[in-house]
Parts: sequence; structure tokens; C-alpha cells
Amino acid sequence: MSDQQIRKARSHVNQSEDLIFERSAPGKRGMALPRLDVPAVSAAEALGADLTRDDVSGFPEISEIEAVRHFTRLSTWNYAIDYGMYPLGSCTMKYNPRVNEFVARLEGIATEHPYQPAELAQGCLRILRDLERALLAITGMDAITLEPAAGAQGELTGLLVIHAHLRDRDGHPRKKVLIPDSAHGTNPASVALTGYAVENIRSDASGQVDFEELRRLVNEDVAALMLTNPNTLGVFEERIADVAQVLHERGALLYMDGANMNALAGVVRPGDLGVDVMHLNLHKTFSTPHGGGGPGAGPVAVKKILEPFLPVPAIVEEADGRLRLDTERPKSVGRVKAFGGNFGVLVRALAYILAYGPGIRQATEDAVLNANYLRAKLQDAYDLPYSTPSMHEVVFSDARQRKNGVNTIDIAKRLIDYGFHPYTTAFPLIVHGAMMIEPTESESREECDLFVDAMRSIAEEAATDPNLVKSAPRSTRVGRLDEVAAARKPILRWKPSE
Amino acid sequence: MYPTDFRYTKEHEWVKLDGDVATVGITDYAQHELGDVVYVELPAPGTKVEAGQAFGTVESVKSVSEIFSPVSGEVVEVNAALSDHPESINQDAHGAAWLARIRASNAKADLAALMDAAAYEAYIAEQQEEASA
Repeated sequence: MSDQQIRKARSHVNQSEDLIFERSAPGKRGMALPRLDVPAVSAAEALGADLTRDDVSGFPEISEIEAVRHFTRLSTWNYAIDYGMYPLGSCTMKYNPRVNEFVARLEGIATEHPYQPAELAQGCLRILRDLERALLAITGMDAITLEPAAGAQGELTGLLVIHAHLRDRDGHPRKKVLIPDSAHGTNPASVALTGYAVENIRSDASGQVDFEELRRLVNEDVAALMLTNPNTLGVFEERIADVAQVLHERGALLYMDGANMNALAGVVRPGDLGVDVMHLNLHKTFSTPHGGGGPGAGPVAVKKILEPFLPVPAIVEEADGRLRLDTERPKSVGRVKAFGGNFGVLVRALAYILAYGPGIRQATEDAVLNANYLRAKLQDAYDLPYSTPSMHEVVFSDARQRKNGVNTIDIAKRLIDYGFHPYTTAFPLIVHGAMMIEPTESESREECDLFVDAMRSIAEEAATDPNLVKSAPRSTRVGRLDEVAAARKPILRWKPSE
Repeated sequence: MYPTDFRYTKEHEWVKLDGDVATVGITDYAQHELGDVVYVELPAPGTKVEAGQAFGTVESVKSVSEIFSPVSGEVVEVNAALSDHPESINQDAHGAAWLARIRASNAKADLAALMDAAAYEAYIAEQQEEASA
């Protein structure tokens, strides 16, 4: 076996590039400011000498073309959805349609100022209101806030809403939140931040919440269950309505982590299943940009009883159709993000929803179809620990390859040589050596087939030439990085050499 | 492999009793499953702990795992050397890389609920079988 098997990618010369600080030389500049056309103001006099300085030391000084080349060169070392499939399970790395970008750049949207008064920002408020209505229609919930800046902040906001509601209803917020072992990893952290204790629930043999165990655990101390559905095994929690009933009978609430809404949108409405609170990840299901760590958006949708506790300001529609921002909500958990959230992200999500319209159902069906296509084409080459039907992602394990000393990380690194971004490794934790694969609906059958060929070829390499896989990646600028040394002895910032 | 004077939990901690002071660590099986340990978080001496409750975390490149106390009592000492040398957990989990010493308040009953070496070895054999099934 050799790299001859690799069809999708080939090595090519790319440019080396230093850190931008190392390119700097005194006096170089990439721009010239126009002559001042207002009276000059002394910053030291206006702000006070202790808040100003004459010199900005340590900033790189480079020309325009050097700045352009710097970032362009770095971009060629990267992998992006615009190069090919990005099967990072649970992250939903779908294509970001160009129409989203076109809409977000329209004058009047891109140039609005966040401090513009509501009377002068009716168009932008209408965009937010329309997005709220679209997301409520998709989720089947009653009220929503668009403020949270990411999924995890949405989780925290949703839990704060539950906390405030229970305190209002019972005089105390209860003590703990139940989390299945197949939930997203951020859930326990959000619960702890809210001040609740975490109690884990096992999955049963089908990869769903152990219902009898749940029945046993729900008592007067339980504020909520935080259920990821479909869960991180890519399995739909079929008894979710029963789960909701058990919780509601004992005064607890059902929180649904909606990060995997890509498997449900247009087909199933969580509001119909007994869900009380849920968040959405617009940068997953609704195609807003995902790279570079954000910005994201994690709207939180709730049932009517929880509406008074949502963050302020709320967008309110007057009888004459005018929109205004309402901050007079005495029971609200308060503001969780400035300026109503990441507006540019919200615009892109609405553009996506309106471009699809009812076709959002087909996007969901295609996402599920693609995952099941990969499952069918790979299940004789890789171990499938849960045979329950897959939704938008499929989780294999490295059990067969491990016998030859090849693990999920090795296979993931070898995928880089084949021209793909790795899948998610070692998660969910309930699968030993997990390989979590989510193709999303963006991929054609041809791209899926290239991925299948790559994975099957790597399985063969693992059997016949395990060292080839264990030494991957071989075709990248640098070989395998030492993750252990990076974690144990991290170098967190650049310092000028002496 | 697994010392016979230790007791073991289902969450893969070991405990060794000396008078009323219990020394606690994670098992060799646990360190192997975790992979390279990069960070250990332990409670301050004086912290009250309860049997079965989490009292610290062990972080590897792959994941963060909670450490559950095998006994109830009060933490009297933690292994300070681990903050600079977390890798010693991978090298000597049953010895130099002990995590904490706890003055046990109900040692006899707590230990009676745990596994001895033979039972623990059978337990991890079962776990390994499940993982490769």
C-alpha cells in the first residue's frame, strides 16, 4: 500500500511564513491616514495621562502586500469546508452558502450602528423578529431569545431561566441536573456554572437514556434533565415524550440540547415532544460560519411558562406593527450579551432559512441520508458499537484496528494525507476509541464516495502496514504534533528573541 | 499487578488504609485508559469528602475524568509533586503517583463496599471484553 491510493489530494509547494511579529521592521507601513479634517484633540488631555501612551511597542510594522501574503500563505496551510468534506462529528461543519454573505453585506444591514435607536432600526429589528418566528416555527416552542453568543452560552442561559422559574414557583431552585452519558460535553460545565450539581445517567444497550434508571433518579431535588437529541451516538431518543412526562410529574423540566437539530429541522418539533427549554446552534444547523472560534449564536427557545424569565431586551411588536425593545421584565435573568447578540450571524441564519423555505426538511433528510450512506459503506471495515439506526451522524470504533496497534487518532491523522479533515476522535466517551463522523447534507454522493474510499483504504493499511497509519500524517508541512508536550508545557505567547 | 492490600472502586480508584488514614490513587488500568495525563486537580487539605463523591479531576490529552473518593473523611494531604509531574501517574499509578491521603471517618464500612484485587481484575477483564465486543 502506498500513497498511490490517494486520489483526492496531492502535495504541492506552498510558501513558508514566519510569525507576523518576525516580519516586522521599523518604519514599514501598509496605510497612510488622510489629513485630519477636524480640530486635533490631545488624547492625554481628554482621557488623562495615565490612560494614554505615546508609543505602541510590540506591534508588527509591515507593508500592505506583506500583510496580504502573510494571511494568504497561512490560509493555504489550512483545511476548510470550501476545500472538501469536513466530517467532524457533532460539530456540523456544513457549507456556508454565499447568499448568506451577500445578505449580511447589504448596505443598511452591514452599516447599521448598534446604538441606533429602535425607531431608526426597524429593518434590523424586523430581521430579528422574523428569525425568532422562523425558529419558533421550526422548534414548536413559544418564546425565544436570540442573545446568547454560542451554544454553551445558550445552555447557561437556559439553565438560568430554569433556575429563576423554579425559585419563582417553589421558593427554591432545587439542587441537581441529570445528564446522560451520551450528552454533549459542555452540558456538565454549564450545569456547574449555574450552581447545580451534576448527576449522570447511563445509556442502555440501544444507546438511549436508561428509562428505568431515569424513573428511579427523578425526585424533588432534580431541577431538570439535559437531553441531547439526537444524542452524541447519533441516536434519536425515542422515549423523549415519556421522559418529559416522568420529569413533569415530579415538577422537573426537560432541557433539550438542540445542537443536533440538523437531524430534526422540518421533520420533528421538540416543542411537541414535551421539551420545556432548548438552545439552537445557528453556526451548526443554520449554516453560519463556524471556523476561527466564532462568533456563533445560541438562541434559547422556551415554553410559555418560562417566557417571563428570558433575557432582556425582548423584541415586542406593537399593534401598528412597529417593533420596540422591552427591558421592563422584572422576572428576567437579565442581559446575557450586548446589542441583542451577534447580529451579523443572526442575519446569515435568516438568509439560510428563507433561501430554503420548506426545503429545510430536505436538508435534514439529506443529512440523515448521507450519514447512513457512510454507515452502510463502512460498517464491514469498521466496528459499529451501536446498531440502533443513525440520524445525522454515525459513530464507529477502532476496535478492529486496535488489534494491530492502530487507534482512532492514527486513522484520523491518516485521513489528512487523503485530503480530508479528520472526524471527531475519542468522543463520545462511552465508545472506546470512538470515530464520530458527520458528513452533513452539503456533500454530494461523489464526495461521500471519496471519503468511503479513503476510509476503506486506511482500514486496509491498518491491517497490512500499521506503521504507515501510525506515522501519519506524512504529506503535511509538519508531521504529527506532540499533543502531550503541548498540554504539559504549553508556550502560550510569542516573545521577542533576546 | 494489582496489590492485594488495596481495595478498588468501580470508577477505577484504589485505596490503601493505614490506621485511619486512607491513601487514594487511580489504578493502572485507569491511567492506561486515560492515556498521557497532562494535569491533575486536587482538593485543598482540610476539604471534607464523601465516599462515592467526586473530589478532583485527572486530565489527559483525550478527556477530563473525575476522581471519586473511595472513603468519607477529611483530606489531610495531597501529592504536590503531581502538579509539576503529572506524567508520574502513567509511570507509577500504584506508588509514587498517589493522589491524596484522607482521614477516614467510616473506613470499615466504606472499604467493605469495595472490590479486592481479584474481584477488580475480573471486573476490568469484563470491561475490556465489552470494549472490544
